[in-house]
Amino acid sequence: MEILVCVKRVPDTAENEIEVNSDGTDIERDDLVYSVNEWDNYAVEEAIQIKDKVGGTVTVVTVGDDESEEVLRREMAMGADNGILLNDDAFEGSDGKGVAAILKAAVQKGNYDLILTGAQADDGAAQVGGMLAAMLDLPYASLVNYIDVSDGKKLKVGREVEGGNQEMNEIELPCVLSIQTGINEPRYVGIRGIRKVASVEIPTYGASDLGLDAGTVGAGAAKVKRLDYFVPDLGEGAEMLEGSTEEKVAKLIELLKAKGGIK
Amino acid sequence: MAQFFAYIVYKNGVADDSALEIVSAVKKIDSSAAVTAIVTGSGADLDKVANEVAASYPEVWKISNDALAYPNAETVRKALINNLPADGVILMPHDTFGMDLAPGLSIKLDSAFVSDVVDFEGVEGSDIKIVRQEFAGQVSTHLKCDMSGGAVITLRPGVFPPDESKSAGGKVVDKDAGDVSAKRKYLETVVAEVGDVDITKSEILVSVGRGIEDQENLEIIHELAKAMGADVACSRPIVDAKWLEKSRQVGTSGLTVKPKVYLAVGISGSFQHMGGIKGNPFLIAINKNPKAPIFQVADVGVEEDILEFLPELTEAINEAK
Repeated sequence: MEILVCVKRVPDTAENEIEVNSDGTDIERDDLVYSVNEWDNYAVEEAIQIKDKVGGTVTVVTVGDDESEEVLRREMAMGADNGILLNDDAFEGSDGKGVAAILKAAVQKGNYDLILTGAQADDGAAQVGGMLAAMLDLPYASLVNYIDVSDGKKLKVGREVEGGNQEMNEIELPCVLSIQTGINEPRYVGIRGIRKVASVEIPTYGASDLGLDAGTVGAGAAKVKRLDYFVPDLGEGAEMLEGSTEEKVAKLIELLKAKGGIK
Repeated sequence: MAQFFAYIVYKNGVADDSALEIVSAVKKIDSSAAVTAIVTGSGADLDKVANEVAASYPEVWKISNDALAYPNAETVRKALINNLPADGVILMPHDTFGMDLAPGLSIKLDSAFVSDVVDFEGVEGSDIKIVRQEFAGQVSTHLKCDMSGGAVITLRPGVFPPDESKSAGGKVVDKDAGDVSAKRKYLETVVAEVGDVDITKSEILVSVGRGIEDQENLEIIHELAKAMGADVACSRPIVDAKWLEKSRQVGTSGLTVKPKVYLAVGISGSFQHMGGIKGNPFLIAINKNPKAPIFQVADVGVEEDILEFLPELTEAINEAK
């Protein structure tokens, strides 16, 4: 099976305190720890496991700048065969639809049976997979936490729905799936693994390589534009306990007792 | 002004809370807008929901087709495309069905798309000013969405207050689904397994998140819970890592709990997690990241590294007994 996985380099929200920059045009990007979007990492692992079962290749693709190459190499160190970087100044300022249009052009340069994305990324929009599928006229399922590839023409997929329930579907190939975390246990990638793929050539395609009219992507084509980042005034928020650790412990125990939090 | 539509999600013949939340959300965009509700499905459940929402919407489009009786966004999308005007603005919840349906719908309608909206701040010309959150809720952002060519917008569940006025006295209009053939077929829904401890009945919960860092560190959570007489719950990353059973997970994709006291340790507080906490418990958050969104909703916060702080807390509770 020929599998394409769309990935994104994002600030790791578990490792960073995200702050807004002084004029509100962006987040403060100095000293941020970046990594591959968590959902995408599960998608790549799933693709590799499918390849190990039924054969084929796994290609990872990203829309990003030169620095995004590092996430492609990381996923190749996991076991993806090929990487593709989609990089062009014309892509700057693309909204979700613009990103999906760029990916669509990359998909059409290949011959893929299965296209995976993470269910969502750093902006929490959960949009690109569904958009890409609709642009390609392929069937789509989101929030997938189970894939059975035993039939060559269709997949049996589980979708994670409310309450921890799982909605089982049959979906024809080729198709696009967005992958939910927890579907597998992504393998560990060591520094040695990354070194192994350090010199592998990663092709870079721009708008003209992809046959994309620059007017259909980027800020000019975007129907959704960012005005600013801000930290909302959320009123009081939590009463923060102050003092030494001992003092905080003592206050907390007092509160827990008062509220019935200690039996 | 644009024509507004609400896609109604329902279960077992009862409309989801979002049906009333959309009414107040649209009022924030255009207070004079007459919103049309769209309900798809078949049989008695469909009729029941159409009549229910007619109390809140002046017009309800009822699209009946046997193929729409199952949760399948691929078929629903076709039914909507066959009926919606190209420049309509359609709203729906940012839940597991909305996430399945909305992005592709926006492509097929060639309209703008914004998901997981938490607020609207007015309209200028054809641009709606929208508030969303990014980076796991750590910062917010204003977006400008051009709705002149139509828009698909999903709303964060539970954020807009439900409009309970129910004075629309609306009429139900039958609409034809058209061709709804799809390359995806619904098979069945597998119900989540019940665990050894039923956290939905617990009065005191110690809930652990990603901040615990390592499976071996879970021991300090169990010790704290034991000292407090609490049960252990968790957020999604702990279940993803297979460190605790799914039956311990609190959130929209896990269980809904209603304890008296909820002690969240090393949990950032995503809206999906908070969506599983009901009954307004006394909420205490311990997290080393002062920007963690949970501090915005907790009653009491402690900025500390849980790996160092919790053993001291446990020891002090045991000594105080």
